[in-house]
Amino acid sequence: MNPPAEHVSLGKVLVVDDDPALAEMLGIVLRQEGFTPSFCGNGAKAMDAFHAVQPDVVLLDVMLPGMNGIEICRAIRKESGVPIVMLTARSDTAEVVEGLESGADDYIVKPFKPKELVARLRVRVRQVEVVPAVELAIGDLVIDVKAHKVTRAGQMLSLTPLEFDLLACIARKPDQVFTRQELLHDVWGYQNAADTRLVNVHVQRLRSKVEHDPENPVYVLTIRGIGYKAGPA
Amino acid sequence: MWHRVTSHLQWAAPPFLWLRSRWRKSLLLRITAFTFAASVVVLTVLGFSLLSKVSTGLMNTKEQSSVSEASAGHIEAQRVVEAADAAPTAPSPARLVDAVVANLASRSGSPAQFDVLLLAATPGQLLPERGTNLVSTSSIDPDLRLTLAQTRSQSWAYAPINYIDGTTVPGLIVGSPLRIPSLGEYDLFYLFPLTQEQQTLDLVRSSVLVTGALLLLLLTIIARIVTRVVVNPVRRAAHTATLLAEGHLSERMPVRGEDDLAQLATTFNDMAASLQLQIGQLEELSRVQQRFVSDVSHELRTPLTTIRMAADLMFENRERFDPTTARAAELLQTQLDRFEEMLNDLLEISRFDAGVAVLEIENFELEDLITRAIEIAEPMALRAGTPVELLVKSDSTSMSGDRRRIYRVVRNLLENAIEHGEGKSIEVSIAVDEHAAAITVRDQGVGLRPGEATLVFNRFWRADAARARTTGGTGLGLSIAFEDARLHGGWLEAWGQPGQGCCFRLTIPLVRDEMLSHSPLPLIPAGFEDDETVSATTTTGVHLDEVRLPPADAFRFGPKAGA
Repeated sequence: MNPPAEHVSLGKVLVVDDDPALAEMLGIVLRQEGFTPSFCGNGAKAMDAFHAVQPDVVLLDVMLPGMNGIEICRAIRKESGVPIVMLTARSDTAEVVEGLESGADDYIVKPFKPKELVARLRVRVRQVEVVPAVELAIGDLVIDVKAHKVTRAGQMLSLTPLEFDLLACIARKPDQVFTRQELLHDVWGYQNAADTRLVNVHVQRLRSKVEHDPENPVYVLTIRGIGYKAGPA
Repeated sequence: MWHRVTSHLQWAAPPFLWLRSRWRKSLLLRITAFTFAASVVVLTVLGFSLLSKVSTGLMNTKEQSSVSEASAGHIEAQRVVEAADAAPTAPSPARLVDAVVANLASRSGSPAQFDVLLLAATPGQLLPERGTNLVSTSSIDPDLRLTLAQTRSQSWAYAPINYIDGTTVPGLIVGSPLRIPSLGEYDLFYLFPLTQEQQTLDLVRSSVLVTGALLLLLLTIIARIVTRVVVNPVRRAAHTATLLAEGHLSERMPVRGEDDLAQLATTFNDMAASLQLQIGQLEELSRVQQRFVSDVSHELRTPLTTIRMAADLMFENRERFDPTTARAAELLQTQLDRFEEMLNDLLEISRFDAGVAVLEIENFELEDLITRAIEIAEPMALRAGTPVELLVKSDSTSMSGDRRRIYRVVRNLLENAIEHGEGKSIEVSIAVDEHAAAITVRDQGVGLRPGEATLVFNRFWRADAARARTTGGTGLGLSIAFEDARLHGGWLEAWGQPGQGCCFRLTIPLVRDEMLSHSPLPLIPAGFEDDETVSATTTTGVHLDEVRLPPADAFRFGPKAGA
């Protein structure tokens, strides 16, 4: 293992967790992997820390004293599209769906291996991608990949990086129907089968921003029993 | 539930069977029917005896008055005839006869209470014959005339009276011989119409009928009402008991008054209350216990994450440590994997016990799933030196079910087979027909002793307590697999013989809630079919071609239940 040089940081990570031992251990691992961690142990102070640090990604424990992870998630989403990864002890409860619906990009279930965590964070902070087409379009929806901007009939839409990646991924191959597992691989970076609720929730969030009527989508279509597809151009 | 079943039977069964089933089930119907039948018998007997008394009385009176009238008439006729005979100038025969009849008819009054016929005793004598009021001679019965001819004394008979205009009325005919000296032997007939008596009788009969019918109706209704009063609380009790049995523990019977029925309801309600209390306590206890297991599992996760990361860090840097510490780091790492797995399994079991496990049904290719499971198990199989072979025994392997759970069952069966397979080959077979999908995992290892096939699904059960675990399984794998199969309404069964290996079979119905009746694959391998010592465990439903074993619920409360 070769720790990267100090000045080449992969990004600033804000760790919001009330367990000091876990926070410290996370710090050790993140530093070793080339991230720059900051810590906040109290949910009520999380927003102050967020403003002070201006992180590239937030690692957020769901169960927190003061203000819980779901509320923090909502508060951050009000002002920023910064990637949020939730830490949760339960994957089977409504808590996860609630977290995703309030804006978390991804979640990771305790206990996890450091490699898993780092892989999740890396996918979320990656900025530069191989761009095969500079400008994509679904009908009057124009996606400027280089500038990370989406316009609908000339009007700017504000998407989070994840929502942008999801839309760009679907728009890049307009003829292909993407299964949820394919999207989990392409957008979230999962190598193995993962929770398809991630896709469902984020497609809903994306639709609520790009579609005129999210109930009757025209840009991101559901293909029953298979997955999703770009609407007819 | 009970109501639905009954109504279903009503539609399915022919009317006769339906009626028979109603008859057997309804006390109300039976009592009402019995009362009805008994009332019919009693009322019929009463009605007939009443009618016969009335008609006998009427007829006797009529007969007496008629006979005495006829006798009086006869004496009068005799007097007229004798007077005519004694007269200085004998009247012509026709006038004599006219005089007699007219005289008698005048006694009849108005309206006429009787008719008179004066006929020659021996027909064909060309003697004048007379009658009153168009009465026809055909009214006179030949038998009566014969009797008169023989006895020459008063005789009577009931017979219809015919008139020349064609009308007929029931009547009493009294005949007596009359001798007219100048002419010869005559028969004098008095014909009394019974119209009035008939009318009276008709009235009585219809009154008896109407009264009887009303009484019958009344008795039936009373019987029904009385039975209802008694049967209804019993029915309510039965209905409430059904609801209680279905789990509606707060159901109670209404209590009215202080009679025997109220006492039944009170006792019943006391029983239900005590039942509810005890079940509530048990439920609470079980809920607290499950909650505790779940909370412990979750609380352990945060420190475990820290330990996990620390161990990983040490493991990554183990070459920097001295060999003893490096080995310790390795052990820490592998045992943490096992610990984590066990924690997950415990959590999964607590989910089953709490009844919060739900199926996520999707369509998929069983062959793909099994291929992947075998691929994942390959490193483990390679370490054990065990070849794994997949046999696809049906054209299509498309099925629907909870992919994650079925995958987990297969992985558990594979791991189990590799662990106990002693390095000999493992055969995985799959088949899907129109009703069910089946997977069998057959190993050639140590096998199972008689009776053990029921125990393998118990939590933390070990075939041989002294034997070490080589792969470090959690001891919960097969229990979870069992619960996964049960959640699908499927079967998970085991067969085994000492030294001959084991065979595990998973059968999943393709339609949810459809009762399994067969499996597309045999559980018992070829060559062992008539094995008497075979034992198997079914998860749900009745499985007739296997040995009957305790129901799946016997395994719910931990490893001791089956031991």
